Amino acid sequence: MLEYPEILATLSAELKSSTQGRVPITEDTDLLSELNLDSLQVMNLLLHVEDHFDISIPVSILAGVKTVRDLAQQIEKLGHKG
Amino acid sequence: MGLFDKFDGLKAARRDLETLGIDPFGVEIERILSPTEGVIHGRRTILAGTNNYLGLTFHPETLAAARRALDAEGTGTTGSRMANGSYSAHRRLEEELAAFYGARDAIVFSTGYLANLGMLAGLTGPGDVVLLDADSHASIYDGCRLSGAEIIRFRHNDAADLAKRMRRLGARAADALIVIEGIYSMLGDRAPVKEIVAVKREYGGYLLVDEAHSLGVLGDRGRGLVEEQGVLADADFIVGTFSKSLGGTGGFCVSNLPALQLVRYSSRPYIFTASPSPTTIASTRQALAILATGRDLRARLRENYLRLHSGLSALGYRLGAPASPVVAVVLGERLQALRFWNGLLRRGVYVNVMLPPATPNGVSLIRCSLSAAHSAAQIDAVCAAFADLRGTVEAGAPERVTET
Repeated sequence: MLEYPEILATLSAELKSSTQGRVPITEDTDLLSELNLDSLQVMNLLLHVEDHFDISIPVSILAGVKTVRDLAQQIEKLGHKG
Repeated sequence: MGLFDKFDGLKAARRDLETLGIDPFGVEIERILSPTEGVIHGRRTILAGTNNYLGLTFHPETLAAARRALDAEGTGTTGSRMANGSYSAHRRLEEELAAFYGARDAIVFSTGYLANLGMLAGLTGPGDVVLLDADSHASIYDGCRLSGAEIIRFRHNDAADLAKRMRRLGARAADALIVIEGIYSMLGDRAPVKEIVAVKREYGGYLLVDEAHSLGVLGDRGRGLVEEQGVLADADFIVGTFSKSLGGTGGFCVSNLPALQLVRYSSRPYIFTASPSPTTIASTRQALAILATGRDLRARLRENYLRLHSGLSALGYRLGAPASPVVAVVLGERLQALRFWNGLLRRGVYVNVMLPPATPNGVSLIRCSLSAAHSAAQIDAVCAAFADLRGTVEAGAPERVTET
């Protein structure tokens, strides 16, 4: 089972390192407009998150994702399914 | 948000190119002189970016076959095969493709893009899992999206990462579809197909290999990477295109699985598209016969790409992959790549410039594709143009970019 706080912490750490700490990361941070990440960059970032939790994150979950919270919630749902 | 607001980014990018006086995406080839030469901006130009791998676009036998079909069957079929009927030649081409691969059957699609779209959308649907190489072509991504299947990417050319993801799928792995390409179109690198096949043998699943850039190029008979690596029988579906080594337009899938014939009835990109014209089918059938016995063409192509690859290596350029018919020079930055590309064009060499996000890892690429029809002198001229521009890469010196 994936726990939301751990997902959020892992995501934040990955985002922090990939943006070199330029932008503060909160649950409300917008991945595209604030962090300037395109969908491909988000997918590449997820490769590390996938390894961390030993899960595969389907590309389709990104469709409705805008903020760090959206992404963390989507990943949490995957854990519930499994 | 207005209907056209989404184009603001594109508009700005277009304006930047106009200011630079560089337009790599709107190149007009004013005259085609041969498979390897054309006139661009009034200048005789070597075409080294057209994927014309075997140089068959002007082969006398393919031209004659197309002319005969034009006179006998007219300019177009005016409809889809499902609704408006197949011409006999469509079916003959499918039989010939199946025989070429020793497969049970084949489906012909109207373009290479539609072949991937039609196979993925026809074969998979909601509830199915597709594992695709992260660097897959847009047609593969689009096909998956159209299918509604669960799409899982694995790290490019990384069989261990694929294995990890198959393991995570548990019992679902046995029905998953793995999708790879023979030669990846951006960098020209090959899939580690033997290792991928080993993963499939361990976990089950089905393998689809897109040989768009390797058909006619690799393997003794030109059947692509799977033939070269001795794993043809392990590929459940082989997709290919007519628009590169076969010098036409269209695409296909071959398979030994009886279900292939049912894909026809479930594939919207097959059902709702007009079928290829008689001339296209006739020239493709002729080109396939030439390709199958074209060991000399493959040998010449190989000589040519080795010549360019070693020439550019010797100049100190960073190349994207070991030698293949796609030779990509890695340049770091977008503007530098655009200027470099323009510098080549002004020296009479047409290649492709590839920019992020279409490229892997955010790099900018100058991408050349070789042909069996290139002469050694043409390749030396391409190398000379690269040599001339070598200083602009190292020093980042601005190349004059306005067209003269």
